[in-house]
Amino acid sequence: MGKKQLFFVIIMLLIGVKTWASTITVCKTCPIKTIQEGISQASDFDTVLVKNGTYNEFNLKINKPLTLMGEGNPIIDGGEQGEIIQIMANNVTIDGFVIKNVGTSYTSDYAAIRVIGSEDFLIQNVKLEKLFFGIYLEKSKNGMVLNNTIQGDAKDEYNSGNGIQLWYSQNIVVANNSIQNVRDGIYLEFSDFITIEHNYSGNNLRYGLHFMFSNDDVYKGNTFENNGAGVAVMFSKRIDMHGNTFKKNWGTASFGLLLKEINDAEISGNTFEENTVGISIEGSNRIVYRNNDFISNGWAIKVRGACYANTITNNNFLYNSFDLAYNGNLHDNVFEKNYWSDYTGYDLDRDGFGDVPYRPVKLFSYIVNRTPETIILLRSLFMDIIDFSEKVSPVFTPDNLVDAKPLMKRNK
Amino acid sequence: MIKILKYSFYDLMRSRWSYVYFLFYLLLGFVLLFLNNELSKAVITLMNVIIVLVPLIGTIFGVMYFYNSKEFTELLLAQPIKRSSIFFGQYLGVAGSLTMSLVLGLGIPFALYGLFESNAIWDFSLLLITGAFLTMIFSGLAFNIALSNENKIKGFGYAVLSWLFLAVIYDGLFLMSLIVFEQYPLDNFSLMATMFNPIDLSRTLILLKLDISALLGYTGAIFKQFFGTNLGVVISLIMLSLWTLIPVWRLGYKSKRKDF
Repeated sequence: MGKKQLFFVIIMLLIGVKTWASTITVCKTCPIKTIQEGISQASDFDTVLVKNGTYNEFNLKINKPLTLMGEGNPIIDGGEQGEIIQIMANNVTIDGFVIKNVGTSYTSDYAAIRVIGSEDFLIQNVKLEKLFFGIYLEKSKNGMVLNNTIQGDAKDEYNSGNGIQLWYSQNIVVANNSIQNVRDGIYLEFSDFITIEHNYSGNNLRYGLHFMFSNDDVYKGNTFENNGAGVAVMFSKRIDMHGNTFKKNWGTASFGLLLKEINDAEISGNTFEENTVGISIEGSNRIVYRNNDFISNGWAIKVRGACYANTITNNNFLYNSFDLAYNGNLHDNVFEKNYWSDYTGYDLDRDGFGDVPYRPVKLFSYIVNRTPETIILLRSLFMDIIDFSEKVSPVFTPDNLVDAKPLMKRNK
Repeated sequence: MIKILKYSFYDLMRSRWSYVYFLFYLLLGFVLLFLNNELSKAVITLMNVIIVLVPLIGTIFGVMYFYNSKEFTELLLAQPIKRSSIFFGQYLGVAGSLTMSLVLGLGIPFALYGLFESNAIWDFSLLLITGAFLTMIFSGLAFNIALSNENKIKGFGYAVLSWLFLAVIYDGLFLMSLIVFEQYPLDNFSLMATMFNPIDLSRTLILLKLDISALLGYTGAIFKQFFGTNLGVVISLIMLSLWTLIPVWRLGYKSKRKDF
C-alpha cells in the first residue's frame, strides 16, 4: 500500500467518523420534549427518534440533512396554525408520523409537509388527516413519497387543497399512497420525469390525478375511483399511462380520463369501467392506445376534435352504451384489431378477424352529439332501426371511420 | 263479470295460445340466463324484448280474441247481463291470461337462477310490472279498435298501425322535433313527450334503473332527477295507470252505445 493510498484510507475513515450519525430521542419524559428542540439539537445526518405521543407543534423547519423517525406513530397536531413541517435541506427522511390539523388559508397554501428546493428526500409511512394541502414538493429533485395515507375532509373546491402536489419538481417517485377526500388527489405542475405507481386515489372533489405542463412522466398500476371528474392530463408531452384502473367516475361532467393537448403519449393496459365517458380526447395527437379494456361505460371514447394520427389497436370494447363519439367528418386516426362486443360480422376464412369492417360510430351517437336531449331515445326500437340502416349504408357518419380488422374473440 | 272473466280465461287456457306464449317466455328466460349467466345483464336484454314484443302480442291477441269470440259475445248480449260486464270480463280474461303467461314465463327461470338472493330483484320486478302494464294497455287499445271496426281486416290494420305508431313512429317524430328545435331548451319537452307514450315511458323507467351511466351524462341529469326520485316513479306509474284506464273506460262507454 503506497503512501498516497494510505492517506486516502485515513481520510475516508475520518470522514466516516465525522458522519457517524447519533440518535436523539424525543419523548414526553425525555430531556428533549419537543420535536423542534430535537431538530435544533441534531447535527447533520443525525436521527431524531420521536416516541409515541401527541406533539402540538407547527412550523418545524428542517434545514439540515437528518432523519425524523416516528416510533409507534406519534401524532403531530398543528392546531390549524399553518404549515407543519418544512424541509429545506437535502437527504431528509420523514418516516412514521400522523400529522393533522393543518391550517386553512385563502392566501397561502399551507401544507402538512412541504419540501422546498431539496434533493434526495424520502417521505414514507405518514398519515395525514384534517389537512389543507398534504405533501407539497416545490422545486425539488430525486425524492420519494411512499406508503402514505392521506385522508382529507374536503367539502368545497375553493377552500380545499391537493393531496400530493408537485411543482417544478423532477425525478420523483410517488408510490403506494392512498389519497381520499381532497381536491385533487395528485397534482403535477411543470414537473418532469415523475413516476407515479400503485397509488389509490378516490372520492376526491375534483381530479384523482391532474397533470399540467408536465412532460416525460409515467403513471402505472394506479386506481382512480369515484372522483369528481376523473383523471385529467393536460398540456403535457410523452406521458406513459399503463395498467391503471379508472372506475365509477359518474356524473354530468365526469370522465375516466381527460386528455387535452397531449402529444406522443402511450395509453396501454388500462381498464375503464363504468364511467360516464371512458376517455375524452381533445387536441391530442400521435397517441397510441393499446390493450385497454373499456367496460360498461356510457361512452368508451369521446373524440372532441383536433385529434390526429392516433392509433387505437388491440383494445376490448365491452358493453358500452356507445363505443365512440366523433365530432366532425375529418378523420385521421387508425382503428385496428380491436374487439367490439357489438360486432355482428362473421369470419369465413377463420383468420381471427371479422370479414366485415366494424363501424364504431353509430348514427345515434352522432345525433346525441348534436342534440344531447335525444339521449332519452336510448335503446328504443326506432333508434335500433336507423342505426341498422346507417350501418348498412353510412350517410352521416364518416365512412372511412372503420375497424377493418375487428377481432372475433376478446383480446386477453 | 267474474263469471265471464272465468269463461274467457279458461277459453284462452284451452286454446293453447297462452301456453305457447308462456312457453316462449319460459324458453327466452332460460336461454338468456344460460347465455349471460348474470341476472343484471339478462334483465337488460329482456327489456329490449319486453318493450317491443309485449305490446305487439297484446295488440294482436286482443284483436284476434275479440273477433273470434264475436258469436259468443252476441249470444251473451242476448242474455240479461250488463254490457259492461261482458266486455270487461272478456278484456280482463285476455289481459289477465297474457300477464300471467308473462310473469310466470319469465319469473320461473329467473327464480330458479337465484333471483331472490340477487340485488337485481327490484329491477326485475319493475320489468314485470311495466310488462304487465303494457299488456293491459295494448290489449285495451286492441279491444277498442276491434269494437269500433266491424271489418276484421280494417281492425287488424288499425291495431298493428297503433302498435307501430307507439313503438316506432312516435319516436321518429319525437326525434325529428328534438332536432328541429335543438336551439330551444328541450328538457321539459322531452320529459312530457316520454310521458305520453307508454312504451317510451316504460323504457325510460327501466333504463334509469339499469344503464344509467350514459343517461347521467350532461342532459341526462334532468331525467335522472325526475325519474330517479320516488315522485318521478309515482307519476310514471300514475301515467301508466291512466293509459290503462282510459281505453277501458272507452270500452265501457262505446259498448253501451253500440248497436250490435
